[in-house]
Amino acid sequence: MGAITILQGGRLVDPVLGIDTIEDLWIQNDRIIKSESATPKQARVYDVSGCLVMPGFIDMHVHLREPGQEYKETIQSGTRAAAAGGFTGVACMPNTNPVNDCGAVSRFIAEAARDGFAKVYPVGAISKGLRGIELAEYAEMKAEGVVALTDDGMPVVDSQLMRRAMEYASSFGLKIISHAEDPALSFNGTMNEGYVSTRLGLKGIPTISESIMVYREIALAEFVGVPVHIAHVSTRPAVELIRAAKSRGVKVTAETAPHYFTLTDEAVEGYDTHAKMNPPLRSEEDLLAIRGALSDGTIDVIATDHAPHSELEKDIEYDLAANGIIGLETAVPLGFEMVRQGVIDVKRLVELFSSNPAEILGVHTGSLQEGGLADITVVDPEKEFVYAEEAIVSKSVNSPFVDWNLKGKPVLTICEGAVTHDHSGSVE
Amino acid sequence: MVEKESSNSGQAYQFAHKHIFGIRQLSSTDIEHIITTAQSFKEISNRAIKKVPTLRGKTVVNLFMEPSTRTRLSFEIAAKRMSADTFNIAPSSSSATKGESLVDTAKNIEAMNPDAIVVRHSSSGAPQLLAKHIDCSIINAGDGIHEHPSQGLLDMMTIIDHKPSIEGLKIAIIGDIAHSRVAGSDILGFTKMGARVCLAGPATFLPYGVSSLGAEIATTVEDAIEDADVVMALRIQKERQNDPLIPSLREYAIQYGINRSRLKKAKPDVLVMHPGPINRGVEMNPDVADGSWSVILDQVTNGVAVRMALLYLTLGGAKSGQEQTES
Repeated sequence: MGAITILQGGRLVDPVLGIDTIEDLWIQNDRIIKSESATPKQARVYDVSGCLVMPGFIDMHVHLREPGQEYKETIQSGTRAAAAGGFTGVACMPNTNPVNDCGAVSRFIAEAARDGFAKVYPVGAISKGLRGIELAEYAEMKAEGVVALTDDGMPVVDSQLMRRAMEYASSFGLKIISHAEDPALSFNGTMNEGYVSTRLGLKGIPTISESIMVYREIALAEFVGVPVHIAHVSTRPAVELIRAAKSRGVKVTAETAPHYFTLTDEAVEGYDTHAKMNPPLRSEEDLLAIRGALSDGTIDVIATDHAPHSELEKDIEYDLAANGIIGLETAVPLGFEMVRQGVIDVKRLVELFSSNPAEILGVHTGSLQEGGLADITVVDPEKEFVYAEEAIVSKSVNSPFVDWNLKGKPVLTICEGAVTHDHSGSVE
Repeated sequence: MVEKESSNSGQAYQFAHKHIFGIRQLSSTDIEHIITTAQSFKEISNRAIKKVPTLRGKTVVNLFMEPSTRTRLSFEIAAKRMSADTFNIAPSSSSATKGESLVDTAKNIEAMNPDAIVVRHSSSGAPQLLAKHIDCSIINAGDGIHEHPSQGLLDMMTIIDHKPSIEGLKIAIIGDIAHSRVAGSDILGFTKMGARVCLAGPATFLPYGVSSLGAEIATTVEDAIEDADVVMALRIQKERQNDPLIPSLREYAIQYGINRSRLKKAKPDVLVMHPGPINRGVEMNPDVADGSWSVILDQVTNGVAVRMALLYLTLGGAKSGQEQTES
């Protein structure tokens, strides 16, 4: 008989089990167990009434920067930020230094993650060194824990290489995650091509630079007969292509990031480098299409593209500044904003944050099932907080949401039975 | 020294801009005020002793991170004619070659207490970045492909020298609008002053949604020039690489170059303008550039006056000037 943790009086929502009910949740050691009527003496009891108790959220798109850029983030600091943001698992992108394109780097990440605050699912490189020339060694990386493959940040330009990657990856049960971008069309662009780029005199990245490659990935996946996942979808044309492909049975899944359904390219006004990312913030029309895709299932996942940068990369000329913003600690409240606005319901939110990314990555979590691993995200949907720079857990503070008043706070995060974040205010 | 026309209209007008980032921040009243001020300064440049003490003791740093001859020279002459002390920092002499960041360079300059930094930079928004970090006035002398406000103002001043008003004029701008900071400022300024701005150039030269800036896009260069009061040709950049905008300068010259026969479609008293330096025979034929309609050198002369006005107004010269008048 091990330690028992009881989450008392919360609303349990699990779309996989089809439940939405107010009930206690019992955890023993690392597993969810059947709740009983009598509370054991030694139990840790959390009063989570008014809160949502959901299967652990997974952010399938983060940059943890280790190895190589530890001054921006480490596996330790990044997973701590993940736990604070309500995530029990993160999938980290391979654009570290050295690149995660071989078993040794994958193993390094897996080992460093043992002391982390969330599960880390390493994503390996499609091509050696992310150079888009030759395939990396997928089998070796898989043996060290890699769950999927991507050249995120560096689009795979060569269509033949992408085809071979899809084919070869399928032999090892690995999925390709595509950073869909035609770099020739993005040519020197630093923000969305639109009215705002014209006004600010910044070179634009057109929506077609994304949608043309989304179409290529769909065509390749359909031809090869394998699934493909599209990272950080930002445009209406891409949404429409994915929707059409899904309706004819292509195994394509897609993610978007909170900033694409929260901000438009107007946020770049004043040359704010915290509104600079790739793909860039798009127009109102794109934002509405992304929301529609969240609602109708065209987009399967909300992932943050958490991209920590220091002021060395951000407090400089806009066109020279690095792409990307941190997102782990703001994703959940921004997701709940979509619930409040009626774009999605809570069940759908849990699918987007938990069960869908778990299924796409093929990892065993994302359910409140008895006997299952206790990865739990507890959110107080009514709790408001100011996202203050001093309170940011991540090592970097490059967020356009600093000083925003956010609503829907992750109050308790439990990873395999261990409390990794506790803002519940409950007395044990 | 300066008569402010809006001060007659009951509510006292005050020029309220510490920094000049672009035409976008200026109201039509601001623009009129700058031009009126510049007009009053113009005669200083014709005096035997071309110097007034207005900005004596003020320090102006020209931070030019991109090669520039005429704009830098124009700002320097403007500051000197107002008795300000000027210092020039060019890319080759600056710490940028030693890897110092723009913000650090500027902070170091600021530690020496300048009153204004005039900045030219290849990054759009660089003047705003400086203003975020340092305290003195920042004047944009051209940032990336965003704005070149002093050029926009001197263009408007030049038109006003020859026309009763900008309002109601048809102004044609021909060339690479998308990559021209001059066009960025001119379009905003001309439309704010009530002109009808017609743009022409191959589609590769037109930025996304340029009509949102208030300009029209003409189908052909002839349509743009037809009945125009002002025709401005922009410099075609020979050095733009890796982005196939036009096949050759030759084809551009034939299709879009301003020549005599094209100019005949304009009003008889048309003004021909160019921000310089001209690629003769490309965007403009020599006989057009040197013809009686050409005000290209007036633009250069007015540039000094406009920059004197900008320094005077942003450095609070207006205030001390007022005090002098009142005392």
